[in-house]
Formats: sequence, C-alpha cells, structure tokens
Amino acid sequence: MQADAIFFWLFSGALIVSALIVILARNPVHSVLFLILAFVNAAGLFLLMGAEFLGMILIVVYVGAVAVLFLFVVMMLDVDFAEMKQGFVRYLPIGGLIALVVAAELVYAIGYEWTRSPGAAAAAAPSGTLSNTAALGRVLYTQYFYFFQAAGMILLTAMVGAIVLTLRHKKGVKRQRVADQVARNPASAIELRKVPSRAGL
Amino acid sequence: MVIGLAHYLTLAAILFTIGVAGIILNHKNIIVILMSVELILLAVNINLVAFSTHAGDLTGQVFALFVLTVAAAESAIGLAILVAYYRNRGSIAVEDINALKG
Repeated sequence: MQADAIFFWLFSGALIVSALIVILARNPVHSVLFLILAFVNAAGLFLLMGAEFLGMILIVVYVGAVAVLFLFVVMMLDVDFAEMKQGFVRYLPIGGLIALVVAAELVYAIGYEWTRSPGAAAAAAPSGTLSNTAALGRVLYTQYFYFFQAAGMILLTAMVGAIVLTLRHKKGVKRQRVADQVARNPASAIELRKVPSRAGL
Repeated sequence: MVIGLAHYLTLAAILFTIGVAGIILNHKNIIVILMSVELILLAVNINLVAFSTHAGDLTGQVFALFVLTVAAAESAIGLAILVAYYRNRGSIAVEDINALKG
C-alpha cells in the first residue's frame, strides 16, 4: 500500500467519523469542534489531491474564521439545547431512509464511465513547472478576474449585512458626531459676557 | 491500491448524505442545520477539486474557491440573523420562527 493510499483512508475515515459526530452530538460545542476536525481532514485530502492553496485556505477561512464564529455564537446564546434534541429518535427512521436513498443514488451515479465533453477540454490547464498556488493565481487574476471581483463584493455585502444586523446603539452613550463638530462656528460656540467689577458671573 | 477519482467522489457522496441527514435529524436546532449546510458545501468542494485534478483543469479549483467565499458569507449572515433573532425573541427554536406564516 502506498503512502498516499494510507493517508487517503486515514483522512477520509476521520472526515466521515467527525462529520457523523457533528450531526449526532448532544452538545453543539462538540459539534463545532468536530466540524473543525472535519475541515482539517478535508484540507489534508485537498493536499493529497494536489490543491495546496485550497487546502490552506480551508484551514485559514474555516478553522480560523467560520468555526470560531460558530463557537462564539453557540457559547453566547443561552439556549436549552437538550430540549432541541427532542424528536431526534422520531425522525431517525425517515432521516436514515432519505440518507440511504441519496447515498445509493449518488454512488450509483459514480459507477458510470466518465468521459469529458470536448468543448470543456482544458479551459485552464496548469502549465508544467508552476506550483498550484501560482497556477491558480494566473488563472484567477486573468480569466476569472470579474468573478474574483464579484466574490469580493459578496464578502463586502456579507460584512455590511452582518454589522447592520447585529450593531445596536445604546441610549445614553456619548459618541462623537463629526457633523456637529464641523458645523460649530465662533458665533455658536463662544459667548461674550459683560462681567461686572467685583461681582463675578 | 490506487486512489482514483471514484474514491474521492464516493467520499464526497457520503459526506453530502451525512449533511442531508443532519438537516433532517436536527430540524429543531438551527445552528446544527447551518453546520450541516457547511458539510454539504464541503462535499461539493471535494467533488470540484477531485474533478479538477483528475481532468488537469484549474477551473474546478477556481470554482471551489468561489464556493468557499459564498459559504463563508452565508454562515456569517446566517449567524448574524440568528443573534439578532435571539435578541428580539429570546429563542432560536425553528418552530418559533413563524412570524411570516400566512
């Protein structure tokens, strides 16, 4: 058995087991932690397939950002998760049946012979000596440049949307109002008083 | 034993199935539903990368990158909606989210 086969079975076995724990765990914190494990294993599989850049991006984006976001939300919300687990056993037969049918259909579809459409042949074939990251960058910044820009706009929209949804202004908090500061002039800011002698204001 | 395209596709199919089963089984817990959606998108990404390396064409990896982008945006927005909803209603149970019913 070659090394890549050993690592494929290692990563894929751990991936499937951790994905099962994600959906079966009683405590959502465990679900999030096993989701992280699943993504790390998927990153290992991407490395095995030769997609190094996507493997690293998977670790940075998912383990570094999305999973931490999930963990933050699970720990911040004070929800009775045990109550939400009710109905799990009742839906187990139908869920298992649907899962079995979907899996059977997908695996049956994989069993066919694969042929490439001639029109789709090598739209962006990597040239020999480049590393995966360099080749991906060459394709991404030339052929798919507008899609890349659109992806940036999607992320910007998500950022603005998340801020708008969760930002709350508390009453009674003093904050800077730039327009008011700029609009101040001597006439509104300074008052000249006539001070009588030995009387004070 | 040579690891080929079919191995990766089968793995992705199993992962996709686990994601679908997770949505059905945890239909009351929206956080686990979001995590199941992430698993489904991961299965799709494995498919795309497997086809990409099998066919020697980087388009699949570019597409997987875009799927990753959209998935990250989706989970950020979803969790933000969840936090805003919890503030307003004090609950995130799926059956309580019925303000829009006809």
